[in-house]
Amino acid sequence: MLTRRDTIAIGLGASAVALLPVGAYATTTEEAIAAYTGGAEMAEGGVTITAPEIAENGNTVPISVEAPGATEIVLIATGNPTPNVGRFTFGPGSGAPMIATRIRLGRTQDVMAIAKMADGSFASTAVEVKVTIGGCGG
Amino acid sequence: MTDVRPRIRLPRSASAGDSIVVKTLVNHDMESGQRRNSAGETIPRQIINRFTCEFNGTMVIDVALEPAISANPYMEFEALVPESGEFLFTWYDDNGEVYTATEAFEVS
Amino acid sequence: MQHLKPARTLALASACVAALWTGAAFADPDLSAELVIDGELHITTRAPSDDITPNLPERYSGWLFRSAETRDLQADDFENPAMLAVEDGADLWETADGSNGQSCMDCHGDAAESMAGVRARMPHVNDAGVLWSMEDYVNNCRTERMGAEAWRWSGDEMTSMTSFISMQSRGMPVAVQIDGPAEPYWEQGRDMYYTRYGQLELSCASCHEESWGLNIRADHLSQGQISGFPTYRLKNAGIVSMHNRFRGCIRDTRAETFAEGSDEFRALELYVASRGMGLAIEGVSVRP
Repeated sequence: MLTRRDTIAIGLGASAVALLPVGAYATTTEEAIAAYTGGAEMAEGGVTITAPEIAENGNTVPISVEAPGATEIVLIATGNPTPNVGRFTFGPGSGAPMIATRIRLGRTQDVMAIAKMADGSFASTAVEVKVTIGGCGG
Repeated sequence: MTDVRPRIRLPRSASAGDSIVVKTLVNHDMESGQRRNSAGETIPRQIINRFTCEFNGTMVIDVALEPAISANPYMEFEALVPESGEFLFTWYDDNGEVYTATEAFEVS
Repeated sequence: MQHLKPARTLALASACVAALWTGAAFADPDLSAELVIDGELHITTRAPSDDITPNLPERYSGWLFRSAETRDLQADDFENPAMLAVEDGADLWETADGSNGQSCMDCHGDAAESMAGVRARMPHVNDAGVLWSMEDYVNNCRTERMGAEAWRWSGDEMTSMTSFISMQSRGMPVAVQIDGPAEPYWEQGRDMYYTRYGQLELSCASCHEESWGLNIRADHLSQGQISGFPTYRLKNAGIVSMHNRFRGCIRDTRAETFAEGSDEFRALELYVASRGMGLAIEGVSVRP
């Protein structure tokens, strides 16, 4: 079954760069993507991001990514001044191409995951995470 | 910062050849290099920039971390355990220090 | 405390009331959520109201007001980052310090026995009739018995120690004494709770009694219960003490605030704790 988030992810995966939201650090994000893929085409689908739709605090946002068949996953926060978040390389002892971690998001933005497949091709997806700017905290 | 103290969680048991979920947490400020102190000076970047996990010498995962990883970095991933042995976890700090932890794991 | 001319103050106050009411659509506490630590330990997050809180229909832990992702962090002792502080506190418990060469453990033994229930009774009037918070008891041991220096109220050592001691009461209901020698302190705290502070003229009650469940700008207001403290705040990526939280709240009303460890905050701590009687001590919680 497709959820709303999956639908967004598939839609964005098709042309992730073209659909960068207004206000994203487009140049640095594009640079980060190009630096990683060398400008190669990125397939849609095959990568799943699980993240909160609304993060209560951008300082600690739980996120997980899985990409069956991937040898490496790169996480990019398109709205952060420095978009690179991390590069996760799966070795021969890996049990599954998945990772869960906690990340910093400066504001509401798309978080993108690019997976490098065993054959050297790339696939990507992105989801929007709304970040609460308030800070009194409840 | 107090001493770096890695925390590791492995499942209680697994069979040979299983894929198991590994969770790690280490106390570290992950100072981004983008904050300023009260005097307006930039606080220098100091993060864990690399994390690796090996099982019996075989690489499980090798992570390059950026300042956008939250303080007290948390990593969850899956590892193959073809036989009993030992996990080796390594965190690399910007200041050159390397923190390691080992954890024995028995398969049934 | 700063004061503005009346007209300006009114405008600010009404702007704030408007802000309090926006976003109410998805702002109720999630009463279907149950806090079970590691699938084993059930933590009481709802308790019946009584004469202390006639304006609350029921008492709710702040945990119920948080997002599912934040709640999950507290339901797993491994994923809860506050446990780093608890482990530091456990080490400090056993570490000798000061001119007498003693550790906490040398006098108090196994904290799981000697400290069980202590957090649930804090703050507590001491033998000299003075209301003390847990931090005061810790520092009294350090300076009077150990010959060590007092720790800063919100320093890493103190928050690690209070986190560790609080864990020994996890799951026990809040049970502070509010009568007898504690009564004048409790009354002082109650008066503070209903006093409007700052340029925004907000009392504790404005947000946490009259408006819990609503949003203030993007923040979801809880009942302001402190049964979860010390808490790991995602915003700070560290442990926050009750008095640090009080200071932040009063600062957010745009007021000059009281100091951590002040008599005012001790009294307020007692009163606010009493508003949560019956809720379980959460040991160390996770909040945004």
